Amino acid sequence: MPEIALEVSKIFAGYVPDLPILRGVSVKVKSGSLNVVIGPNGAGKSTLIKAIVGLVPVSKGRILLGGKEMGGIKPHLIARHRISYVPQIDNIFRTLTVRQNLELALRSSDRNTNERLTELLIKFPILSEKMKEKAGALSGGQRQFLAVAMALATYPDIILMDEPSAGLAPKAAQEILELLRELSNSGVAILLIEQNVNQALRLADHCYILAEGRNQVDGEASKLLNDPIVGEIYLGGKRLRAGG
Amino acid sequence: MIQHLLDGILVGSILSLGAIGLTMVMHILRFANFSHAELLSIGAYVALVFDQMFKVTMPLMANAIGSLSMTWALVLATIFSIVFTGVSAVLFDWLVFRRIRQKGEELSMVFASFGLALIVRNLIGLIFGLNTKLYSQDIVFATVLSRDPLLVVKLDQLATFSITLVLMVIIHIVLSRTTFGYSLRAVGENPELAQVNGINLERAIMAVWIIGGGLAAMAGVFYGLTNQINPMIGRDLVLPVFAATIVGGIGSIYGALLGGFIVGLASNLALIILPSGYSPSVPFIIILAVLLIRPNGLFGEARA
Amino acid sequence: MIGIFSYIVFFATIASILAIAVLGLNLQWGNTGLFNGGVVAFFGAGAYGTLLLGGSPQPDHIAGFELFYPIALIGGMAIAGILAWVVGILTLKMRHDYLAISTFGVAVAFENLMRNAEWLGGGAKGLRGFERPFRESLGDGFLYNSVFLILVLFCLLATYWFLEYLVSSPFGRLLRAIREDENAARSLGKNPAQIRLTAFVCGSVIMGLAGGLYGTFYAFVSPQDVLPTLTFQIWAMLIVGGAGNNKGAVLGAFLIWAAWTFSGWALSRFAPIEAQLYTGSIQYVLIGLVIVTMLLWRPQGLFPERLVVSQSSLR
Repeated sequence: MPEIALEVSKIFAGYVPDLPILRGVSVKVKSGSLNVVIGPNGAGKSTLIKAIVGLVPVSKGRILLGGKEMGGIKPHLIARHRISYVPQIDNIFRTLTVRQNLELALRSSDRNTNERLTELLIKFPILSEKMKEKAGALSGGQRQFLAVAMALATYPDIILMDEPSAGLAPKAAQEILELLRELSNSGVAILLIEQNVNQALRLADHCYILAEGRNQVDGEASKLLNDPIVGEIYLGGKRLRAGG
Repeated sequence: MIQHLLDGILVGSILSLGAIGLTMVMHILRFANFSHAELLSIGAYVALVFDQMFKVTMPLMANAIGSLSMTWALVLATIFSIVFTGVSAVLFDWLVFRRIRQKGEELSMVFASFGLALIVRNLIGLIFGLNTKLYSQDIVFATVLSRDPLLVVKLDQLATFSITLVLMVIIHIVLSRTTFGYSLRAVGENPELAQVNGINLERAIMAVWIIGGGLAAMAGVFYGLTNQINPMIGRDLVLPVFAATIVGGIGSIYGALLGGFIVGLASNLALIILPSGYSPSVPFIIILAVLLIRPNGLFGEARA
Repeated sequence: MIGIFSYIVFFATIASILAIAVLGLNLQWGNTGLFNGGVVAFFGAGAYGTLLLGGSPQPDHIAGFELFYPIALIGGMAIAGILAWVVGILTLKMRHDYLAISTFGVAVAFENLMRNAEWLGGGAKGLRGFERPFRESLGDGFLYNSVFLILVLFCLLATYWFLEYLVSSPFGRLLRAIREDENAARSLGKNPAQIRLTAFVCGSVIMGLAGGLYGTFYAFVSPQDVLPTLTFQIWAMLIVGGAGNNKGAVLGAFLIWAAWTFSGWALSRFAPIEAQLYTGSIQYVLIGLVIVTMLLWRPQGLFPERLVVSQSSLR
C-alpha cells in the first residue's frame, strides 16, 4: 500500500468557475491515519470533501489517489477508486430498511458481498437486530453506525466523513469518533470534518485548519491542541463553533 | 351507486398507471411535468398505428381474443407502443429537460413541460386529425352483472383492471425486493447520497422515464380501449393524474397507485350529486380537499 | 384610412390589456419565482366580476348589481385576489409543484364552472347585460375605442410604475432574496410563505384588472374567453420579454400578440380550405415552440433583466 493514500494539491473548486469556494487548498492523507479538518463556517470544509468525490467541480489543482492522478472523478464511481464518502446528517436512506441500505452499498463492491455483509454485521451487532426496520427509525448514533457500515461495504482505502458527530449526544459522539480511530488503526485512512474540536484532536493524527477557502495551519493534532497561538485563534476562549 | 363504484375503479386503474410514472419523475427531477399526460396520448396513437398495420399484414391476428374487443394485433401493438413511448420520454428529456437542468434553471422545467405538451398534443392533432378514433369498430356489448340494481361492465374493462393489478404487483416486487428498485427509491430520496453509493444518476433518470413512459403507454391504450382515442386525451387526463399524485403524496409510488383509484372513484361518485358537466372540476376539488385535510397526501413526506 | 387607425387602436387596446396581465405574472414568476399555471382564472375572475357587479339585472341570474363602474372594476380585482388568496394559502407552504398544479386546476375549474353555472356566469352563452361606461356620450365607434385605449394605457402605466416602485422597495429586494435563496431569507427572520402569498395575491389582482378591462372593452365575457390558451400566450409574452424585467414584459406582450394575430391572419388567408380546421393546432404548436426554444436558447428573454444573480452563484 502506498504511503500517501490521498493527496490534494492546491485545488480551486466551486459550483461556478468564477467564484471558487476553495482557493488553493492542499491536504495529504497518509495510509491508516486519522485526519481532521476544522475551521469556521463557510471555510470550505464540506466543499473540499465534495470536490474530492466529484460532487463539486475542480477548476485547478491536482488530486492524487495512491500516487495516481485522477482527473474528474465521477461520484458514482468512487468505490472503484477505493474511496467512501459519508455526508453530513442525511447519510442513510431513511425510507429504505437497514438491510436495503446495506445491500445498495454492497452493490458497488467488486468482491463477495454476502461475506462482506456478514463481516459488517459482526462488526456492528446493533444493525443485525434492526435489519428489517426503516433506517429513518434508527437513533442518531445507530444511523451513524449504519452510514459507516455502508461506507465500509466497498473495502475502501480512505473514508471521507462530514461531521459524523453532528447532532449526537456526547456519549454517542465519543463512540463514533473512537470507532473511526479504531478503523484507521486497522489501515483505513480517514479524512474527517469535525466541530467537536477537542475530542477530535485528542484522537486524530493530523489536523488541518481551513478558513476562507485556504489552508491556515496544519500539523500534528496533539501539537496543535497544545499550541498556545493556535489555541487562542482557533480553539481558544471564543471557540469558533464550526458548522457546515 | 354500485355502478359508479365499478366504473370508478376501472377509471382509477388507468389513472394509477399514469400517476405512478408522473410521481416518480416529479420526485426525482423535482418539477410538475405537465407533459406526462401527453405520453398517454402518444401511447394510444402509436398502438393504433401498429394495430392497424398488424391487422393488415397479419389478418389472423385481427381476431378478437375471447369476448374482448382486444385482438392479438393490439396486444402486440401495445408492446411496441410501450417501447416507443418510453423512448420518446427519454428523447424529450434529452431534447428539453436535461438541457434546462444543466443550465441550472430547474424552476423553468415546469414551463418547458407545458410548452412541450402543447407541441406534442397539437402535432398529434395535425398528424392524426382532430376526430375520434377507435381500436375496433365492432360494437362491444356490456355484460350484465345484475339486473336489479342494473350493473353492467365491459369485459375490456375487466381485462384492463386485471392487467393493471398484475403490473402493480410486479412494480411492488421490483421496488421492495430488487437492488434496482432500491436504487430508484434511493435516488428519489437523496440523489447526492445515491450517487456516492454507486448509483449512476443519469442512468436512473433514464430508467424512470422509460418506466413512466411505458406505464403511460399502457394507460393510454386502456383509455382508448374503454373510451375513445382523440388528441385531447392528454389535456383531459393531466389534471386527474396530477390529483392522483397529490392524493398519494408527491413522490410516493404506492400513494400514486392508491391515489389513482381514489380519484377515479371520487370522480364517479361525485356524479351522483353533481351534474355531469362539472366532472372536469372534480379533480381540482379533490386537490383542494387533500390540501385542506392532509397536505402531504396519504404517504407523502413534507419536503421543501 | 380610418379602418387602419381603428385596427391599430383595437390592436393596441388588446395588447395593452394583455401587457397588464403579463406584468402581474412577472411579479409572481419573474420577481418571486412563483409558477402560475392558471393565469386565465384570475384574468377571468376580474372579467366576470366586473361585469357581474357593474351589469344590469338579468332574469334567472344573480348578475346585475349596477354598481358605479370603478367600484365594479375594483370588485372584479378583489374577486381575483380572493381566489388567489385561497389557492395561495393552501399551497405556498409546500414544494413548488403544488402551486403549479393547483393554479392549473383552478383555471380548469373556473372555466368549467362558468360554462355550467348559468345562474352565475350565464353558462356557455356568456354574460350579457353590461353597459359600457360613458357609452351614451361617446357612442360605440372609433371615438369610444380611442378614449378607452387611453384609459387602458393609463392603467398599464400605473401598473408599471407601481411594480417598478415595488421592485426597488425593500419588499422587492425581499422577493428576490426569497427567489434566489429561500433558506437564507428565512434565516434573516423573514417568513417566505407570507411574503410569497402577498406577491401572489398582488400579481393576481393585477391580472384581475386586465380581465376587468377586457370584459369592459367587449361588454361581454364567455367561457371561450377563459380557455387555457390565454395562459399560454401570457407566459410566452413574459418568457420572450424576459422574466424579471417589467419593460421586457410589456414589449413581449406586444410582440407575441402581434405574432399571434399575424399568424392567425396569415393562416386563414393562405392556408388551403381543407386545412382551415387545423390553423388553431398550428398556432398552438408555434406558441409551444416559442416557449421551449426561448427556455433552451435564451432563458433570460430577449430583453433581460440587467442584474441577474443566479442561484448557483450564491451557493
